[in-house]
Amino acid sequence: MSTLYAVLFYLATILLVVGTGLKIRKYAITPAPLKIPTTPAPTTRSGVFWRMAREVTVFESLFKSNKWIWLFGYMFHAALLLVLLRHFRYFTFNVWWWVELIQPFGKYAGFAMVIGLGGLWARRILVERIRYISSPSDHLMLALLIGIGASGLSMKFLSPVDIIAVKVFFLGLLRFQINELPNQINLLVHLALVATLMIIFPISKLLHGPGIFFSPTRNQVDDPREKRHLAPWAAELEK
Amino acid sequence: MAPLDDKPVLDVRGPGGHPLDIPRLACGAMDDLKSYAAHPKHQEDCGFPGELIDNWQEVAIAKIGELADKNRAFQVYLDACVKCGACTDKCHFFLGTGDPKNMPVARQDLLRSVYRRYYTFAGKHFPWLVGARDLTREVLDEWYNYYHQCSQCRRCSVFCPYGIDTAEISMAAREIMDTVGKGQKYCNEIIAKVKVTGNNLGLNPKALGATLEGLEEDIEDETGVSVRIPLDEKGADILLITPSADFFAEPHIEGLLGYAKVFHEAGVSWTLSSYASEAANFGMFIGSYENMREISLRIRKAAAIDLGVKRIVFGECGHAWRVAYSFLNTLAGPFDFLDQNYPIPQHILEFTHNELEKGTLNIDKSRNDEFRMTYHDSCNVARGSRMGDKPGGQFEIPRAVLRAVCNHYFDMDRDTIKESTVCCGGGGGLLTDELMDLRIKGSSPRMKALQQVTEDHGVTHMAAICAICKTQFSKVMPKFGYEMDSILSVHQLVSNAIILTGQETDEDTAPIEGAATAGAE
Ligand code: SF4
Ligand code: SF4
Repeated sequence: MSTLYAVLFYLATILLVVGTGLKIRKYAITPAPLKIPTTPAPTTRSGVFWRMAREVTVFESLFKSNKWIWLFGYMFHAALLLVLLRHFRYFTFNVWWWVELIQPFGKYAGFAMVIGLGGLWARRILVERIRYISSPSDHLMLALLIGIGASGLSMKFLSPVDIIAVKVFFLGLLRFQINELPNQINLLVHLALVATLMIIFPISKLLHGPGIFFSPTRNQVDDPREKRHLAPWAAELEK
Repeated sequence: MAPLDDKPVLDVRGPGGHPLDIPRLACGAMDDLKSYAAHPKHQEDCGFPGELIDNWQEVAIAKIGELADKNRAFQVYLDACVKCGACTDKCHFFLGTGDPKNMPVARQDLLRSVYRRYYTFAGKHFPWLVGARDLTREVLDEWYNYYHQCSQCRRCSVFCPYGIDTAEISMAAREIMDTVGKGQKYCNEIIAKVKVTGNNLGLNPKALGATLEGLEEDIEDETGVSVRIPLDEKGADILLITPSADFFAEPHIEGLLGYAKVFHEAGVSWTLSSYASEAANFGMFIGSYENMREISLRIRKAAAIDLGVKRIVFGECGHAWRVAYSFLNTLAGPFDFLDQNYPIPQHILEFTHNELEKGTLNIDKSRNDEFRMTYHDSCNVARGSRMGDKPGGQFEIPRAVLRAVCNHYFDMDRDTIKESTVCCGGGGGLLTDELMDLRIKGSSPRMKALQQVTEDHGVTHMAAICAICKTQFSKVMPKFGYEMDSILSVHQLVSNAIILTGQETDEDTAPIEGAATAGAE
């Protein structure tokens, strides 16, 4: 079992890193032929930095758009961030001080995460417009995330796992050694789902994470009159 | 608002109600609305096959891949949508028709589903899971219908957490369709015309010259002052590029008279060009960089070679200003031969606003007292361009000018103006009679917002700075209880209020004619 999970995690990590890397590369090398920022847009680079910062830290556009999606979506993402940061404790030998600091919040953030996801799922089912645009994969994605959250919470609050052993397992993976993984069902489910998520990341809508940084309507500076913008393939037309 | 439902209203398509009331889904409501197909001749003039080619499927699929390599927005937007639904109630065409395929994300999905089928792992192997589908003839027809029900207004892009711009997708879709020979008559016929005659109407230089002379006479009759509207004058300082509707249709013409009076009072030398007698650039609507570039280069040639001007100013036109402000430098630049002390290009409202600030214009606001005004922000100006130095100048400058020339001005509901403005319903290549049903329904959010200010403040007229908006409103306003001449050009109000140097004013200062005359397209 330990070997199986070790292989699974190596594989998942490779697919995640390589897959996402290739996608990011594609986004980066694909030119934006025209200036299309959604205006009013910042007129300077630093202004764009702040616009993007507001989008990724407080979901500014979503807030303007729909308060309920914002609330559930924000709850989920913020909680996910805390939970992820908290998980650093399983990958560093000495737990970093700031990971220690967020530990108490991180523990409960799992609930916020599941509640946020539940809200999003309820809307997906109950609001006819969102039901209309949903594919099976959209529901499965929510199921997957809720599964990860719930199995994680069960280890914390229902049937605790030997987390020292888990830590030894992952520290071992980092050093290319395979140590014993506790054979406990909620842990195994949790890890299998996480690996699944890592694998599908680069081939699914989870690409919205890197994607937003490459969105021309958000990341372009509004200066077309001052600076000539020209894509390489468009420059060819001028020859 | 309950957390789990946005309380759709059963039927909001009639008059009355809040402008942004969400309808219940009316599946298939607009399925059959098809705009006329382009004539093979016009297709070819635009560089596309005349008719649907035999291997259209193969070519269309390859074109999707090509666009994904050439246009970052297209690639990122196809991948990044999470189906959060935030945009679903943001499109005026969905609000007006209830057809779910007019929800921005659903409109994108018409193409995204095909992209997924042929270009993604999940779509190739598990199409049912991710809603991927084959490109069939039915799908192509569906594209044709629904990508011609998008006015490319970009309202959805304001509200999407990733800035996904459905306009980019619908431009790409139209380009793909054009590439396989399935173009739309309205757009492609116009592009074909502009390439031959220099304007969308096919007005030749002689006819244009005669029209302008007639207008000069009108001003002189009215004011006793001779104001010139020069055509093809070499060595003028300013080249004015304006939509051709300004030459012949009401209320557009009144705007042109306004520009002429402002230039006259400012004491600058200016000219129109017969070779580039069109501000509109329909190349944008069909997503064709090449066509857009070819049309833009006419302006460069007129400015640099034919006339040798120092500045370029654009008249009132929405998408034309987007192409001018955001794209002209890219498409036809660099403009190093023009005077760098002025914005290149400059909007007529920037020009007029400057003159008002300098105090060169003698304004009598009371000449517009018969109007209680509001202002419609045109989509392409609001969300795809700017005026002045500061972000948002495109909202402030037109309002500042209106306030400077009218005593009664009121804004509509905040959620329907500025960056959240709702489209007139006729933009993006939809201003054609066979789409009238869609145009009326799509205009309903704007019309309801107007009805609100009519009730609350007694607003009688609405001003706009876009040729398409003006034409569209003069057609649809009668359906909502307004006269067709309730839509005015901003420069029409400027024109009314200006007292020209030397103009007789002691007699009865009746409001200038034309402000209240009926508008014909
Ligand atoms: S708001 Fe953006 S991400 Fe959400 S469904 Fe619409 S297009 Fe997709
Ligand atoms: S661009 Fe405008 S018309 Fe097109 S889908 Fe978005 S909101 Fe609707």
